[in-house]
Amino acid sequence: MNFKRVLSIIRKEFFQIKRDKRTIAIIIMMPIMELLLFGYAASTSVDHIPTVVYNNDIGIESRELLDSFVNSQYFDLDYYAESIKDVQKFIDNGDAKAGIIIPPEFSDDIKNGKMAQIQLIVDGSDPTTAQTILSSAGGVVQSMSVDIIQETRGMSMPQVLDLRSRVWYNPNMSSINFNIPGLIGVILQTVTLMLTSFSIVRERERGTMEQLIVTPITKMELMVGKIVPYVIIGFVDIVLALALSVFWFKVPIAGSITLLLLFSVIFLFGSLGVGLVISTVSKSQLQAMQLSMFMIMPNILLSGYMFPIEAMPDIINKISTVLPLTYFIKVLRGIILKGNGFSQLYQEFIILTAFGLGFLLLATIKFKKKIE
Amino acid sequence: MEYDIIISSMTKKFGDLTAVDRLSIKVKKGTIFGLVGPDGAGKTTTMRMLCSLLTPDSGTAIIGDHDILKESEEIKKDIGYMPQRFSLYGDLTVLENLEFYAEIYQVPRKVRKEKIEHLLEFSNLSKHSYKLADQLSGGMKQKLALSCNLIHTPKYLLLDEPTIGVDPVARREFWRILFELKDLGTTIFVSTPYMDEAERCDEVGLMSEGKIVKSDTPSNIINNFEKPLLCVYSEDNHKAKNMAQEEEYVFDAYLLGEELHVVADDKDYAINNLMEKFKTNNITVDSIKEVSPSLEDVFVYIIKNEKRR
Repeated sequence: MNFKRVLSIIRKEFFQIKRDKRTIAIIIMMPIMELLLFGYAASTSVDHIPTVVYNNDIGIESRELLDSFVNSQYFDLDYYAESIKDVQKFIDNGDAKAGIIIPPEFSDDIKNGKMAQIQLIVDGSDPTTAQTILSSAGGVVQSMSVDIIQETRGMSMPQVLDLRSRVWYNPNMSSINFNIPGLIGVILQTVTLMLTSFSIVRERERGTMEQLIVTPITKMELMVGKIVPYVIIGFVDIVLALALSVFWFKVPIAGSITLLLLFSVIFLFGSLGVGLVISTVSKSQLQAMQLSMFMIMPNILLSGYMFPIEAMPDIINKISTVLPLTYFIKVLRGIILKGNGFSQLYQEFIILTAFGLGFLLLATIKFKKKIE
Repeated sequence: MEYDIIISSMTKKFGDLTAVDRLSIKVKKGTIFGLVGPDGAGKTTTMRMLCSLLTPDSGTAIIGDHDILKESEEIKKDIGYMPQRFSLYGDLTVLENLEFYAEIYQVPRKVRKEKIEHLLEFSNLSKHSYKLADQLSGGMKQKLALSCNLIHTPKYLLLDEPTIGVDPVARREFWRILFELKDLGTTIFVSTPYMDEAERCDEVGLMSEGKIVKSDTPSNIINNFEKPLLCVYSEDNHKAKNMAQEEEYVFDAYLLGEELHVVADDKDYAINNLMEKFKTNNITVDSIKEVSPSLEDVFVYIIKNEKRR
């Protein structure tokens, strides 16, 4: 491999990128836009749930109960219903996600030491929200029960089991802290795949490939020359994305940034290799675009970015093990959230390196200095 | 005589279509060989096979001392190839394109600058060196493409219809450069749809349906034309043409610019009869006389003759 020839390809690519405003927009704007959009929209923390209340009780106890619902921050009592039908209406048309119905005898039951009932209606169409409603309502009711027992019987409940939980790595369980590292991986994958998947097929479409492949340039020189500029661009993108996460989203990076960047470069080689393979086998830029979309979807869905891999059925689980992004997201979360060092991540290091070399090799083999 | 390019029985099929059919051509060292023929004759396919862009189904070719099947990468060091379509980077400047190809061909750094300057001057592009290639006119683009292909001083130049879409002045300019290159010892294999260009070649091969139907020097081809050629000037050449075509003794009649050309078996018989026919049909004829054929006349004749067989 002649290093100078590789360098001339790299230089040429940069000249072209420099003059192509759309590509520059993708390089700079896409990571920022995606990070901002997904960072906010893909938040799974649910609070201030719009709630409808149908209170048939006139006692002070029911008002205390509703107050504790509000104080929990999870419920906003936005609507007051006049009848059960009313409750149904608010939930049917989506104004409210939860309904609290208090029966007329609620206060009396409490005063008389009987078990008082409250009904909670949950819109279960979105499981995440429903889950939050159920668990937080349970919490509210539980703590109120404890208070009532204390007040009425003048003693605390005897405790048999005492669970003391500590949440590590992301103590506030902030979904942003969890999402952003994965998101960085997804963005890096999308941008680099899009850019390289065009790089070869565009030259074929424009006809410039015909001139290039009658020169003595070797396939390996061309492939490496095509990949390196985008590794550099991907590197700029990851620095950009990290800066945005740290300074805008205030996601703390627990581990070593250097290690993170090292892993990013290795991942980039693999991801770009996939792009090159796509570009090599595609007949047109449109086809390359479709193929890369086809690649991006499973990567987003199955890499553990959206859904935990542990929850996937076996077959899907297997698919996720052949996606480089799966490993990179593990690395990102490991370093950013847990502060993992190299010793905990060497397996991922080996796998990602193998992916990188493998795809680069595959692209080189697939590429023919022919125009058929 | 030494041959630089020897094509032997090269064949290429695309599905059912035989684009190049057992083609054999020999090109002498330091000469210009012109490949002429109608669209779809297989000229581009031939060019692409010589550059190893396509692999022949059978047969092979030797360029210099190297076989295109076995040593394509060796050949690539010594050839310059201009594809039919402009194939340089439109978003790079003239200078950047030249520098890029100089680097790819590993032209030594010491001579690179000098070489590029020389080529810019040679092709009159010095003033435009900082323009993007896309902004050049058709003629300038072709000169730039040629220059990029000359950066490594190739021994063999393969040019696929290099002057298509280029104005006549620029075409002449382009050919001036080709002659200079020939004088420097470069062997040039060029395809062209233009007959005036074909006439400038040392040897031409007429290609039709994947085969060479005639190959010789332009003057030999013209001199060996076997039938008399008549040139008719009339007030309505179009009508006259249709009329002439109906006659038995007329082999072919076709319009060539302002002239109506008629190929007949017997000169005097044809002139007399045609005069008569035109007169009875009220077509005023200025003159009918025998002329010496151009290369185009010969090729039109040969190709029609081929098709009739």
